[in-house]
Amino acid sequence: MISPTTEQELAEAVAAAPGALRIIGGGTTDIGKPVTGQALSVAGLSGITLYEPGALTLVARAGTPLAEIEAAAAAENQRLAFEPMDYRRLLGTSGEPTIGGVVAANISGPRRVQVGAARDHLLGVRFVDGRGAAIKNGGRVMKNVTGYDLVKLMAGSWGTLGVLSEVAFKVLPRTDVTASVLIKGLSDTDAVRAMSMALGSPFEVSGAAHDPAGPVSMLRIEGFENSVAYRARELQRLLGWAGDISVENDPDAVAARWSGVRDAAAFADRPGDVWRISVKPSDGPAIVARCAADAVLYDWGGGLIWVLVAEGTDLRARIGAFGGHATLVRATRATRAALPVFQPEPAPLAAISAGLRAKFDPRGILNPGLMG
Amino acid sequence: MEMPVPNAAVLSKKSRLVARLQEVLPSEAVIHDEAETRAYECDALTAYKCPPLVAVLPSSTQEVSAVLRICHEEGVPVVPRGSGTSLAGGALPTADSVILGVAKMNAVLETDYDNRFIRVQTGRTNLSVTGAVEENDFFYAPDPSSQLACAIAGNIAMNSGGAHCLKYGVTTNNLLGVTLVMMDGEVVEIGGAHLDSGGLDLLGVICGSEGQLGVVTEATLRILRKPEGARPVLMGYDSSEVAGQVVSDIIKAGVLPVAIEFMDRPCIRATEAFAKAGYPDCEALLIVEVEGSAAEIDEQLGVILQIARRHNPVELREAKDANEAARIWLGRKAAFGAMGNINDYMCLDGTIPVSSLPHVLKRIGEMSAEYGLDVANVFHAGDGNMHPLILFDANKPGDLELCEAMGADILRLCVEVGGCLTGEHGVGIEKRDLMLDQYGLDDLEAQMRVKDVFDPAWLLNPAKVFPLKVSAGRRDFAA
Repeated sequence: MISPTTEQELAEAVAAAPGALRIIGGGTTDIGKPVTGQALSVAGLSGITLYEPGALTLVARAGTPLAEIEAAAAAENQRLAFEPMDYRRLLGTSGEPTIGGVVAANISGPRRVQVGAARDHLLGVRFVDGRGAAIKNGGRVMKNVTGYDLVKLMAGSWGTLGVLSEVAFKVLPRTDVTASVLIKGLSDTDAVRAMSMALGSPFEVSGAAHDPAGPVSMLRIEGFENSVAYRARELQRLLGWAGDISVENDPDAVAARWSGVRDAAAFADRPGDVWRISVKPSDGPAIVARCAADAVLYDWGGGLIWVLVAEGTDLRARIGAFGGHATLVRATRATRAALPVFQPEPAPLAAISAGLRAKFDPRGILNPGLMG
Repeated sequence: MEMPVPNAAVLSKKSRLVARLQEVLPSEAVIHDEAETRAYECDALTAYKCPPLVAVLPSSTQEVSAVLRICHEEGVPVVPRGSGTSLAGGALPTADSVILGVAKMNAVLETDYDNRFIRVQTGRTNLSVTGAVEENDFFYAPDPSSQLACAIAGNIAMNSGGAHCLKYGVTTNNLLGVTLVMMDGEVVEIGGAHLDSGGLDLLGVICGSEGQLGVVTEATLRILRKPEGARPVLMGYDSSEVAGQVVSDIIKAGVLPVAIEFMDRPCIRATEAFAKAGYPDCEALLIVEVEGSAAEIDEQLGVILQIARRHNPVELREAKDANEAARIWLGRKAAFGAMGNINDYMCLDGTIPVSSLPHVLKRIGEMSAEYGLDVANVFHAGDGNMHPLILFDANKPGDLELCEAMGADILRLCVEVGGCLTGEHGVGIEKRDLMLDQYGLDDLEAQMRVKDVFDPAWLLNPAKVFPLKVSAGRRDFAA
């Protein structure tokens, strides 16, 4: 295992690498086509390098544990608003999730539907490309259109364009009070309709999920106490047609509920493959009907669907053509080697992506093949 | 401002090019008469002008594709143009280029309130996107000052911002998908009504690429439900340091206003003379706006007013009703017009960390004295996006050059304190030659490699964004 502790050492290690590198942050997100190659850990590049609460800005080395960043932000009553999920429960991995891993996989949680994804909160990156050159893009200010936005390109590139060494984030204030509005007994179609009405209301819903086993539909509202109470009442009024509706106020119960949604915890102890599908919300129920799944969980108002199916199932073949993308998140190495983990792209886009990889990593040594 | 020498081979084939373009477009959509191409000689950076070889106004994605295919085959540079409101020269032609204007393509293609998006042709203006959905109380969030005129195509090219991005983000955070025509005429769909990318985030790098990677003809945009209400407060302070501290304290207190606007004394005085909004004559004025339900507004304003009072304001004015709210915004909204009324001005948009605000304002004041040019500051303080307006006299020889030199110094200062050259206007030609002050050669090389993939012949808007000497090898190859 190569374990650089500075960006310079990282650059030298990549430049000197004789062949493929398997890039590791905390090792908790074992997703993608299995990569063979020498392990390169960025865990040694650790530490918050700048945090200005008054400017809502936090900069950290890529190997910094996510927990360290969340604790530092919490101490200033702030947070990473995109609510990155913790993959350890679902994937059965151990280790410490790192902020670089969050960026490389563009990991977001339920609040993504309101405030955007990890990529939307990322202000700047430093990374080492496949030639061993240290590159910076973006910065640490909230508005920056100086040159191309490689920040977005790096987010969700799974280490195939470069090895992240430092990332800068926008943080946001934490909220005082959180409550859930719960609706029992809805069909998937009615649940998506209810979530769309809530998300299309002025009542600032920060989470909208539906668990068909129950069934229970969940809406989250956050903010000042009086405002949360008011919005909970208004949502109950708006969704009066939906029947059995109640408000959950107990802070522990609310927190447990939404971390469970965030981490797809209901699937953690159940055998089978787990897929993650991003669709136009109103398309969701029809797609789910074609999945013949063992279990399903809707998040993002129906725009994100977690699907549990028997091991080795080619879910894309079952669904057929649809608008969006499906990712095989949990499966055996054999299944991940046999089925495309990431949604195959139309030929012109695949050519652009291949072209970009060839430019950033001309020797093809950075997590080669991971994204297919 | 240096521009590349026009390619003589391209200039010499004008008649053949016009004939070929007329085969794929109606004749009135191919503008080639020298008196008429002059209408496209500049954008809102009016100090620089150059009529294009030809201007075309296609009406569909298919026509855009046909035009680009021809230009690609003929090796002719293409400069995409939205509404021509760029302050950075993003749509400035070269004499050997075809201007491709998308203004005729302004239709709403699909409106979907359940899934909260709208799909439009990109010649549609920013404000008319909101106009298409506001009867149902929805809106499109990015709101650049030029929103009445600017096109979505240009917003995507420059990743435009606005006054409300502290809460709602900029264009890239509100863009779900595009139809992109590549330089060789190929039409590709990227993204759609779903969230995030299943592979590399190509949408993310296309947004803000200043028309250098392809021509975006259609866009899927996120729309949001309007908040129940909004209310501003106005506060005046004796020093910009204190005002900067108020901004920082508000943000740290856990409230997230939708807008925090800052004006300094020269700007306050100019707008008072022009708009008579009744602003106090003080060193620094803040307008802070919050939104939500009445209960939410009251709670947020309670926190904000407490902070404001703690710093001894010379004036603190709440809006009791819509009329008073409009009066608070009156001077701010008239600021640019007021400055234009007294002088020519150059508007910069460097961004700085909010914590550097007092230092940067002090240095700008010193530079103003050194150069002998007045500067007024009006900007989005919550996100550090400065808008220093340098006043000059366009009729006085040498004044524009002096103003540009001072502007460059201010932008270098923004970079020096940890900020950037441009927060929302784009690089264009205006800041092109300052790019090496922010980025190293390797950093620019990485960006140019993206263009190599999308536009290997470097025909799309080639003389922008990158310093000419840095992109020379690639552009010469194209010629």
